[in-house]
Amino acid sequence: MELLNLLFFSYQDLEESLRMKLNLTKVVNGCRLGKIKSLGKTGDRTMDIPACLLYTKTGCAPHLTHQTLHTIHGLPAMAQLTLSSLAEHHEVLAEYKEGIGKFIGMPESLLYCSLHDPVSPCPAGYVTNKSVSVWGLGGRVEMTASKFMAIQQALQPDWFQCLSDGEASFEEATSIRRARKSVDRSLLFLDNCLRLQEESEVLQKSTIIGVIEGGDVMEERLRSARETAKRPVGGFLLDGFQGNPATLETRLYLLSSVTAELPEDKPRLICGVSRPDEVLECIERGVDLFESFFPYQVTERGCALTFSFDYQPNPEETLLQQNGTQEEIKYVAHAKKIKTTSYNQEMTSFEINLKEKKYQEDFDPLVRGCSCYCCKNHTRAYIHHLLVTNELLAGVLLMMHNFEHYFGFFHSIREALKSDRLAQLKELIRRQAS
Amino acid sequence: MAAAVSPTSLESAPRIMRLVAECSRSRARAGELRLPHGPVATPVFMPVGTQATMKGITAEQLDALGCRICLGNTYHLGLRPGPELIQKAHGLHGFMNWPHNLLTDSGGFQMVSLVSLSEVTEEGVRFRSPYDGDETLLSPEKSVEIQNALGSDIIMQLDDVVSSTVTGPRVEEAMYRSIRWLDRCIAAHRRPDKQNLFAIIQGGLDADLRATCLEEMTKRDVPGFAIGGLSGGESKGQFWRMVALSTSRLPKDKPRYLMGVGYATDLVVCVALGCDMFDCVFPTRTARFGSALVPTGNLQLKKQQYEKDFLPIDSDCACPTCQKHSRAFLHALLHSDNTAALHHLTVHNIAYQLQLMSAMRASIVEKRFPDFVRDFMGTMYGDPTLCPTWATEALASVGITLS
Repeated sequence: MELLNLLFFSYQDLEESLRMKLNLTKVVNGCRLGKIKSLGKTGDRTMDIPACLLYTKTGCAPHLTHQTLHTIHGLPAMAQLTLSSLAEHHEVLAEYKEGIGKFIGMPESLLYCSLHDPVSPCPAGYVTNKSVSVWGLGGRVEMTASKFMAIQQALQPDWFQCLSDGEASFEEATSIRRARKSVDRSLLFLDNCLRLQEESEVLQKSTIIGVIEGGDVMEERLRSARETAKRPVGGFLLDGFQGNPATLETRLYLLSSVTAELPEDKPRLICGVSRPDEVLECIERGVDLFESFFPYQVTERGCALTFSFDYQPNPEETLLQQNGTQEEIKYVAHAKKIKTTSYNQEMTSFEINLKEKKYQEDFDPLVRGCSCYCCKNHTRAYIHHLLVTNELLAGVLLMMHNFEHYFGFFHSIREALKSDRLAQLKELIRRQAS
Repeated sequence: MAAAVSPTSLESAPRIMRLVAECSRSRARAGELRLPHGPVATPVFMPVGTQATMKGITAEQLDALGCRICLGNTYHLGLRPGPELIQKAHGLHGFMNWPHNLLTDSGGFQMVSLVSLSEVTEEGVRFRSPYDGDETLLSPEKSVEIQNALGSDIIMQLDDVVSSTVTGPRVEEAMYRSIRWLDRCIAAHRRPDKQNLFAIIQGGLDADLRATCLEEMTKRDVPGFAIGGLSGGESKGQFWRMVALSTSRLPKDKPRYLMGVGYATDLVVCVALGCDMFDCVFPTRTARFGSALVPTGNLQLKKQQYEKDFLPIDSDCACPTCQKHSRAFLHALLHSDNTAALHHLTVHNIAYQLQLMSAMRASIVEKRFPDFVRDFMGTMYGDPTLCPTWATEALASVGITLS
């Protein structure tokens, strides 16, 4: 009993030291609009929610240098790093001493470190009671709680996902026993990591994000939420809801129940969910922060995001766009499987495939009215040419457009929430999802 | 070896080159080209953007590096996307949205690089397309027609190119044919007021053949001359002698474009020998293999030794890559699958080349070019005795000694 009292006492200390504050402006149909304040090492950064995080590979936006990245309007305040791409550089970073932000040339950005890369799923079967493994390009990196925290000490991100067991959600039907184990293990990892954080001044400058596990078993999900919420974490990651569109649908009912158990004043992140329609479903169920890997996947298949998020267009534009959208939807009616470098992904109806012959002489920008560098300077015909000739610039220009378009979508979500028009936006997106 | 007296130009030939300064010892010159899309300071290095793109870097990035002229390739663009489409897109400038100058090669070099797919006759070069097996005939007229559609500021004649390692009658045949093809290009050129057609001196490694070619081609009314057929597999000793011979016989008031040269040492020596313009895929290609150019040579950044090297590629380099990133970060990124690694190095290597030319130009203008050369060689090779023999000889031939 005394041990428990001691634990709670030191947790209180840690809680107080968490300076960041989430202020909700309003909640509409389960959707949260708000601001997170006092973020970052200097405690003076803010972030609006709902929002997405900038997706990176080995600490760099895909295809983009600092120069090209910063031509993008609406860049998220926080970037996502993946431990899977950085763990193998642990020694270098430890010697560097000044943290991953400075190392990657993003000293001014807020940084969140997730365990895995949402685009390349890792092989199952490597989580034990004592360790979790991540998979980098150099192979597997196995981490106990101490090794994990040592790596985070070298990285010094603003937030990081705690070591967790996410494998209960890998199978089609989780056994209760496996779901229970995922929750037990994750809580044990969390308590160990919190203890290690207490012993390190450096680590105390970072915020631990607690991970909600439990597979598809409601009981375990609720237990995970309640228990994790008792710990002094800075926010919550909802793990195990990713998969194909069908799996998310069946898991959405779990999501609302889980977020209902979580404190209102801490952010909720979700991993593996990035499609526009799925994003909206999750926001309606109390999720605040998302990864932005979807625009990257679109880029890798030579496609450009063209879906509209203009929920209050002027009548002339509506007519023009409707005619355009009509065409796109008809043409894309047969969903094509396009091979990508990392993952077989089906093209969605949110995008157009620039490799198609019909774009060869199309001198319009990717999206009329888009203010990105690509749309302001180049045509569909040029992008088509770059793709056909396998030129590197295709990826650069498409990534610039797709990120900007996607960030614009999130901006429109916040605007729609502000003006109570989310239903219109949702309907608009629903119409465009095939 | 005393320089031969340069021939004066024909009165009616367009003068696009303005000489700003000349080295009093060597043949080095600083100048300015007046081209339809703006002035270009010489000596100049022109990065190669073969297929209407500078390999992963945007037009804005290239402009920000100070590049004012780059290359496109007629053979490649003629196949994909084709001249008709480019014309619809308002020329190559419009298609790739490049506001500054463009130079297009005629497709002649592909005769050598794609020799297994080509056949040369008096008519032109017959190519078999590697993409669909279709046959195309690239004649002098066709090449100029395509280049007219592309709208580049400088266009090159179609020349009969043989590899510099070829000897025998083929070399002489190619040289004379190049003269005939030059005349056919001049006759076919529809836009001499908007596009500057350059001749290309051939003749292989034979001094007599080169001299003949120089004599004949300089009689033609063209705004500039290129020195072709070099920078293949020939020895450097033969290479520099052909360059020196060419510059000694080319008119002083017209630009001299040495094709396919891009290694730093070669650039310095050939500027000393009197060349004004250069192009090469080397800096951009080597970037994509993880190699960064520096005044002492190059850094193979993928190597283990850079894993914990927290310095930038070059502490004196002002390029965006060196301003923001360390060798260690680039090393890590090069070992990932993020293409941004390649772009970082491409930006740096282009910056390196342009900065080298800029420094050379300043030294010519400020009358200290020979000192510049000595400093450059000292940094690159350490001891003057470690400088490659051919370079020492070439520089000596124009009055620059290294020790």
